[in-house]
Amino acid sequence: MSDKGKSTDSLGMSRRAMLAGSAALTASLFTPKGLKAADYPTSEVNTTGLAVTDDTVTVGILHSITGTMAISETGSVQAEKLAIEQINAQGGILGRKIEYVQEDGASDWPTFAEKAKKLLVNDKVASVMGCWTSASRKAVLPVFEQYNGFLYYPTFYEGLEESPNVIYTGQEATQQIIAGLDWVNKEKGAKSFYLLGSDYIWPRTSNKIARKHIENFMEGCKVVGEEYYPLGHTQFNSVINKIRLKKPDVIYAIVVGGSNVAFYKQLTAAGIDPAAEKPLVLTISVTEDEIRGIGGENIAGSYACMKYFQSLENENNLEFVKSFKEMWGDDIVIGDVTQAAYLGPWLWKAAVEKAGSFDVDKVREAQVGIELPTAPEGYVKVHENHHLWSKTRVGKALADGQYEVVFETADLVEPDPFPEGYQ
Amino acid sequence: MTLTNYMNRKELLGFLILAAVIFIVLPLALDTFRLNLFGKYLTYAFVAIGLALCWGAGGILSLGQGIFFGLGGYCMAMFLKLEASTPENTAIQSTPGIPDFMDWNQLTALPIWWQPFHSLAFTMLAVVMVPVVFAFIIGFAMFTRRVGGVYFAIITQAFAAILTILIIGQQGYTGGVNGITDLRTLLGWDIRTDEAKNILYFVNGALLFVVLLIAQFVRKSKLGRLLIAMRDQEDRVRFSGYNVANFKIFIFCLGAAFAGVGGAMFTLQVGFMSPTLVGIVPSIEMVIFCAVGGRLSILGAVYGALLVNLAKTTFSEGFPELWLLGLGGLFIAVVMAFPNGLAGLWSEKVEPLLNRLISKTQSAEAANPNKAPAE
Amino acid sequence: MFADYSMAELGAIFAMQGFAGLILFSVFVLMALGLAIIFGQMGVINMAHGEFMILGAYVTYIVSNIFAAYLPSLFGIYFFIAMFLAFIASGALGLFIEWAMIRHLYKRPLDTLLATWGLSLILQQIYRSVFGAREVGVSIPDWMMGSLPLTDLIEIPINGIFVMVLAVSISLAVYIMMFRSTWGRQVRAINQNRVMAGAVGINTEWTDRLTFGIGCGVAGVAGSAFTMIGSTGPTAGQLYIVDTFLVVVFGGAASLLGTIASAFSISQAQSIMEFFLSGSMAKVITLLVVVGILMIRPQGLFALKLRK
Repeated sequence: MSDKGKSTDSLGMSRRAMLAGSAALTASLFTPKGLKAADYPTSEVNTTGLAVTDDTVTVGILHSITGTMAISETGSVQAEKLAIEQINAQGGILGRKIEYVQEDGASDWPTFAEKAKKLLVNDKVASVMGCWTSASRKAVLPVFEQYNGFLYYPTFYEGLEESPNVIYTGQEATQQIIAGLDWVNKEKGAKSFYLLGSDYIWPRTSNKIARKHIENFMEGCKVVGEEYYPLGHTQFNSVINKIRLKKPDVIYAIVVGGSNVAFYKQLTAAGIDPAAEKPLVLTISVTEDEIRGIGGENIAGSYACMKYFQSLENENNLEFVKSFKEMWGDDIVIGDVTQAAYLGPWLWKAAVEKAGSFDVDKVREAQVGIELPTAPEGYVKVHENHHLWSKTRVGKALADGQYEVVFETADLVEPDPFPEGYQ
Repeated sequence: MTLTNYMNRKELLGFLILAAVIFIVLPLALDTFRLNLFGKYLTYAFVAIGLALCWGAGGILSLGQGIFFGLGGYCMAMFLKLEASTPENTAIQSTPGIPDFMDWNQLTALPIWWQPFHSLAFTMLAVVMVPVVFAFIIGFAMFTRRVGGVYFAIITQAFAAILTILIIGQQGYTGGVNGITDLRTLLGWDIRTDEAKNILYFVNGALLFVVLLIAQFVRKSKLGRLLIAMRDQEDRVRFSGYNVANFKIFIFCLGAAFAGVGGAMFTLQVGFMSPTLVGIVPSIEMVIFCAVGGRLSILGAVYGALLVNLAKTTFSEGFPELWLLGLGGLFIAVVMAFPNGLAGLWSEKVEPLLNRLISKTQSAEAANPNKAPAE
Repeated sequence: MFADYSMAELGAIFAMQGFAGLILFSVFVLMALGLAIIFGQMGVINMAHGEFMILGAYVTYIVSNIFAAYLPSLFGIYFFIAMFLAFIASGALGLFIEWAMIRHLYKRPLDTLLATWGLSLILQQIYRSVFGAREVGVSIPDWMMGSLPLTDLIEIPINGIFVMVLAVSISLAVYIMMFRSTWGRQVRAINQNRVMAGAVGINTEWTDRLTFGIGCGVAGVAGSAFTMIGSTGPTAGQLYIVDTFLVVVFGGAASLLGTIASAFSISQAQSIMEFFLSGSMAKVITLLVVVGILMIRPQGLFALKLRK
């Protein structure tokens, strides 16, 4: 028996929230409204034996809700459920309500692979929203390619991948790094950088790109230190001393998980107040979600480079934040990845409706070029390399745990998972 | 010496039932997906059998069996990864022909110690020998100094932790936290197809029986009896002139070899290997498989591995938010209420009942000789 | 590497690095002490040690919220009350667990390890259900954050001093209890010969329970203190467990002094290497050295000579 979401009540979403959410979205939606299932006979929209009936279509949600990664992945699950509820509230996809089967990856990569296979082979889901870490994505990737599944992957990540079976709704590394570095250089006059990260592929690749950019494309700038600590490391006093010795203009920090909390608490305690900007702290790994654990007062004044902040003041986002809070409670915060996860079901809906079919091959073809003007982060568009065109923004952390947006790129940044000159 | 010295009729029956379950019942009852899952569970049974020998018979509790499982698995994964990393497949890299994660970590040539894994023969040898050598080093250092019991358990646990950190830290050489992924073919044979999964399941089952028979032989040999004597009164065995340390090292190495084979089969069936299978958590879970089965029984170990994993999968599919409670409860229940596990339940509860039933039927038959036997 | 710096700067950095080493030492001592008491004196391996620590952290979180809501004027001192309550909460849970589980397993020490592992899974899930899967932020009184500028160059983190003072006081308290109090004498008597200790009238059952409770309580205090320097989440206990076990094993499990000596040597080695190498390499080398020494001397630094 799997946890199937059928009634809205079971999700704790009030009727008012649903109405508010759907009304707002209907107003701004560009997709044709009121598609009837009868116009799209099941035999035509589903030629590959997916779990599509005359009035429902089943998707999978695959995240860790137990284990160490549950901390990060909870927000993604919530966003995906919200998106599905909202889509259902306005009539579903091709007249079919979305049902979901939720599986727990348990922060364990083989489990992710096992559950992915279960979703594709047993449940025949039409698409999967899921995964968070690169390791879990790498584990499920062969499964998706073998069984021709379709995955919406929400996290910002290191790039170096372009699978026909994955839509990457988060940023690949260059989208997140380059504009931010240019900004601190131009606006803050930063010349020297200390690169710091947790020891795994994403921070290492990101720092590689950052280093190449600093050394090759930013005049007179240099990297004065680069180092990595094991995942889960909790003692950062030594590196803080080294930073003091090197006196960089910027600490470029890509520390993740529990280490994050330890790093910022110890940084503040050691007398390096991010708010003083001596040195300035720039991170790509701390969203509003992480700040809850770190404590706003310990990180206030740091800068983060993301594509989305909860405080964005466009209409899409105001609606999104409102519905999110109505569904999941007022004290919830929304980070970059949560928003990217929210895009998954909507992008899929748009592609299915463009293709007029749930078949993965047709959806894949239709997906490229899909635009989503309703995205909370603003307008996004799917690139032919399966990543999203999106803006890069820099936010300044405030003591209340939110970010104040201080910069955004004028145009959408092109995704480039295999960046030339940065390898 | 005849065969019956090594297996009495009751044990033979147990082996036959297990063989029927693994080779007939499961393949008939399950689709390829579920069968492959059971194949994965059975790879843990290799470890559990080794533990039944080390812990149940020998009294050596190792919390580091994940090390050996992982080493075996990594050896296999290295071979498969090299085969998958042909220059054509990896043309997009700055250095084609080396595994993708090496390229991401700015390695420009294959490290020397990866070279021999181009050979399948070497790999198969390494799957067994690398864990054995590791086990020998650990066992030699510990047992010759008479370190045992709880202390040995936590030292092996520390080793498991260290190996995980090493693997994660040296990602240019090991694939880091992602592990070695995207394995495709074995000597050109695609291991990802349904057909391959089915074949691998049976190969896995056959290997499991080889391991079971070796374990049964060891248990029934003089060595097995000595082990039990050592577990109960180590000093008396020592004073009788036996070199206790050597026996312990041997059984520990044997358990490691079993685990290594299990790890290699895991890699083949699941399609990747990752450090999450090496660390403390999987190592302790493997002990639980053995404990649930009944720590003395090698057949029980197999059932334990199957049952706990099945429960884990079912629990986490049905009640994803509560399965840890169930698993934790199982750990405690097995230790507190059923220290002899399934095997104990069987021999204490089910068997007497069966015996009673059988004798009843027999007496009933004796009373009504004309009636045909019920079954 | 040091050519560009003046002597004063170098001196300051080394002083601060030395201090960083001492903080790490204190953290290790706090982590390992509770485990060492239980393991050393009772031979029980408490795999749920990390979860007992996190219970202390959650108690601190609750107390901080209560003070922030109802007694904002006393917020500055809530931490001491929180630590006390953390000791009580973890200690009480420890007493209960000893009564419900551990006491049935004294004859099977290996089994306590498995049972407490199960317990740790259950506790993690309970924390997750009660406090949510996300980390919680514990706000610390202002006076405990920030640093103390000793000279122009040397700044000492106040929470570091706090952790050090705490580590020293708890070590002293444990020492006094163990070697000066009646309870301590009873514990040591039981450790040396349980039957004889019972025969001379020591209530072994109650002493065991108290020992387990105190060990868990110390873990709770450590967890409470770590809210200043680390994260508080359902699985945060797992971050500490490896280091904790390593410290205890390396010290020679049965000896409190060994635990302290091993915490000192591991922390100093790690902190010195962290300064000259990348953090990840430093950790790996430290671990390899520890393993190397354990291979040569598997019984750890300070082993008690025991007769079986």
